[in-house]
Amino acid sequence: MLVIFEKIVTIISVWAIPVLLFVIPVLAFIRKVKVYEVFIDGAKEGFEVAVKIIPYLVAILVAIGMLRASGAIDIFVKLLSPLTNLIGLPAEALPAALMRPLSGSGTLGIATELMVAHGPDSFIGKLVSTFYGSTETTFYVVAVYFGAVGVRKTRHAVPGGLIGDLAGLLAALFICRLMFA
Amino acid sequence: MLNYIWLGMMAIAVVVGAINGKLPEVTKAAFDYAKTSVDIALGLIGIMALWLGIMKIADEAGLVRILARLIRPISKRLFPDIPSEHPAIGAMVLNIAANWLGLSNAATPFGLKAMEELQKLNKHKDTASNAMATFLALNTGSITLIPATIIGVRVSLNSSNPAEIIGTTIFASTCATIFAVTGTKLLQRLPAFRLPDDTESTTKDGEDA
Repeated sequence: MLVIFEKIVTIISVWAIPVLLFVIPVLAFIRKVKVYEVFIDGAKEGFEVAVKIIPYLVAILVAIGMLRASGAIDIFVKLLSPLTNLIGLPAEALPAALMRPLSGSGTLGIATELMVAHGPDSFIGKLVSTFYGSTETTFYVVAVYFGAVGVRKTRHAVPGGLIGDLAGLLAALFICRLMFA
Repeated sequence: MLNYIWLGMMAIAVVVGAINGKLPEVTKAAFDYAKTSVDIALGLIGIMALWLGIMKIADEAGLVRILARLIRPISKRLFPDIPSEHPAIGAMVLNIAANWLGLSNAATPFGLKAMEELQKLNKHKDTASNAMATFLALNTGSITLIPATIIGVRVSLNSSNPAEIIGTTIFASTCATIFAVTGTKLLQRLPAFRLPDDTESTTKDGEDA
């Protein structure tokens, strides 16, 4: 069943963009939209938006990069290990979980290292694989999305995102222990 | 909020880096990531231009409005402050659909377009609106149907069943999305996060900020 589901979603992912790029202009043309002119008009904003997010990205990514390089994550892992032992989260997998809201590539790196060390089909391998897909990189999304519109006071957006990250982590642990342990 | 988190990250990095004798690495990371940020942003320009152009065509043809109308039963609950045929809804739907399918190249431009539309309805331009925070929650949680990247890594490491983690990923990411959205919706009522003139929630809760 999983295989059929995977096939269907893969087919949709392959077709989605070409279909959008075909259907939207054709339908618009039928509805008498001057497709080329309108496209150019919309595309003009691309540069502006991309440049606008630079200061927000620099602020967030530099802080995350420095934190990673300092080895602070290892200290958090040590501090949190009594708690994680209690809920049955293997200590080796904790860095991947802590990295998830901060950096997608960082999580992928840690997950890959762990799968090389323990094997992709080990419990830890499957657990960190699930961690990787369980949430998006909260801080990156906040920086880029709010940066694009110049919002600086993010109110409850960050705590809300982190609640999701924590829920994703616990749900990943729960379902992996149920299915793979 | 970001003030404290950002300061905390920078300060901890320098102090821990000094204790660990990793200050040169910390410095290098600061410069490397500053450069990476610009690379990411510049890399977005072309792809942003493409999707914003297509979005504009869809908008002019009335297709975004049709999409918004279809999703109305859900959007009314999630985004009570946004008129149900507003272009923001259409852009958000496209963003979330692209995210679920793992089409991140399309998801970001749609997401930024949605933020721009939400900003038009925002009364405090430097402050996140409730709708923005809810949209962010949908994005940071983000259901993943096929985690293609990690499956690729598992294939390259000779996993006997690389796709085995699809089911667990869907479960975990769905939980993350539900909790992120519910958490955000609950947090927006707290006095600490309340908007300056948020009369709707003050009257509803019968208390003052």
